[in-house]
Amino acid sequence: MPDTQQLNDLTTQVRRDIVRMVHKVNSGHPGGSLGCTEFLVALYNEIMEVDTNFKMDGINEDLFFLSNGHISPVFYSVLARKGYFPVEELNTFRLLDSRLQGHPTTHEGLPGVRIASGSLGQGMSVALGAALAKKLNNDTHTVYSLHGDGELQEGQNWEAIMYAAGNKVDNYIATIDLNGQQIDGATDDVLPMGSIRQKFEAFGWDVMEVEKGNDLEAVIAGLKEAKSRTGKGKPVCILLHTIMGNGVDFMMGTHAWHGKAPNDEQLEKALAQNPETLGDY
Amino acid sequence: MKKYTYTEKIDTRSGFGAGLTELGRTNPNVVALCADLVGSLKMQDFINENPERFFQIGIAEANMMGIAAGLTIGGKIPFTGTFANFSTGRVYDQIRQSIAYSDKNVKICASHAGLTLGEDGATHQILEDIGLMKMLPGMTVINPCDFNQTKAATIAIAEHEGPVYLRFGRPAVPNFTPADQKFEIGKAVKINEGSDVTIIATGHLVWEAILAGEKLAEQGISADILDIHTIKPLDEEAILASVGKTGCVVTAEEHNFLGGLGESVARTLAQNTPAPQEFVATQDTFGESGTPAQLMDKYGLNSEAIVKAVTKVLKRK
Repeated sequence: MPDTQQLNDLTTQVRRDIVRMVHKVNSGHPGGSLGCTEFLVALYNEIMEVDTNFKMDGINEDLFFLSNGHISPVFYSVLARKGYFPVEELNTFRLLDSRLQGHPTTHEGLPGVRIASGSLGQGMSVALGAALAKKLNNDTHTVYSLHGDGELQEGQNWEAIMYAAGNKVDNYIATIDLNGQQIDGATDDVLPMGSIRQKFEAFGWDVMEVEKGNDLEAVIAGLKEAKSRTGKGKPVCILLHTIMGNGVDFMMGTHAWHGKAPNDEQLEKALAQNPETLGDY
Repeated sequence: MKKYTYTEKIDTRSGFGAGLTELGRTNPNVVALCADLVGSLKMQDFINENPERFFQIGIAEANMMGIAAGLTIGGKIPFTGTFANFSTGRVYDQIRQSIAYSDKNVKICASHAGLTLGEDGATHQILEDIGLMKMLPGMTVINPCDFNQTKAATIAIAEHEGPVYLRFGRPAVPNFTPADQKFEIGKAVKINEGSDVTIIATGHLVWEAILAGEKLAEQGISADILDIHTIKPLDEEAILASVGKTGCVVTAEEHNFLGGLGESVARTLAQNTPAPQEFVATQDTFGESGTPAQLMDKYGLNSEAIVKAVTKVLKRK
């Protein structure tokens, strides 16, 4: 297990990767990516048992599914720095003939990706299927997934949420990135969803909250707690309170940077706030 | 005209059920999912024998497609079961992203396709599903013609790596293909050798093509008849060989003429050896309530319609 300093360094480096990737191609989604950096760093480096020698069936491994595929920059950076593919490949993000498509896909054979995502609301169903396969295979590993809060406006999620509780899929932890923002504005303005906690609880899930979703230690503790709640007859939901754009002051807490790349000057500011730690790609 | 007989009339969906039951006994990786239509899809025998390998999803087809995609990640071969309408149009984006684009080994098994669903009417009678599914890159599209062929197709697709759309129906129809006939994905079955006109049919229209061939023979017209159970990948070689011989073609399907088998045949001919073609298919319309026979008659999807189309196409040679 890496120590705290190593994880902090990795987190900072992933933030640098994210802003550099979207800056280079002047497209992509930095806001949600930055907000979920601590979560994905913790998940892949402290929590999950994975084999970076990638096999699609993922038998005898923990699995992660990214449902909100637009935060591909953070996913790609974390996968590359975990060792799934060379970090230099981050340089090809969104370019022609790249394995790092705008949204994650299995189609180009990028190691670490097990499903295409981008069209929202589909990831939980896929994660459930993978969790059910684990049960059939007597594989005791855990399936994780990440979803945007705005993404919960897609109806398929609620089919999956109902199924998971009704069928006691308890080897599964779904995390909701609760940043309160979506493309057109605050989720409360675009389509008020009321209490997401109460909704999951009403559907029969074991729900827990991580209030400091951008604090590595809090995220690690939350994920460990969630893990301890698996195998008890209920799917587990983590409501992860994050700040969109976390770590780059002018991107924080606004939907403005959901899908916008920084210009040259903004890039310099963002990088100055996140000094190089493990070496840029 | 080669003589065809049948021992019984039975629905193609029962062929699917029988095939799935056999797979349950022979392939431990096969799992089945259903969206609240177990009886209609004839899945009960599989469930009785393999309860742990069956997933009742409820009335939630989008979730079913996603769960099926996820099950493949653990090495399973999922067969989803619901009506054709709810297997395609209702869940198109789930199939497109989570199954086709993700190249997942899911078998989408769709019953009650086309007009012969009957009295339930147009909400349930999908006539666009072949088009929807054949447009998806990497998707195999199969529409077998009778019980035996549907059973054989069900068993064959388990051995095929990649997403498959298997389309079958509700009404009892003649079961005339040999029970031991090997099902080869992408290979046309030659129903009759003839020289004047080619008739290419799929699904329930194959039997109608046989009846049409008999009537045409009485008029001294010799029909070369192909059963195209696999619409994608299409057996272009068989089609070109037949039309190369006869010089004209009638296609017959229980589907809209836009996007169906007929268009696939027309494209093949246009790119190789263009030939006059008539389409026995619905003409860009929705269906309606009625008995299957009434509907097939009203919308021109039977042997009489095929004979008429042959008469027309022969004049265009």
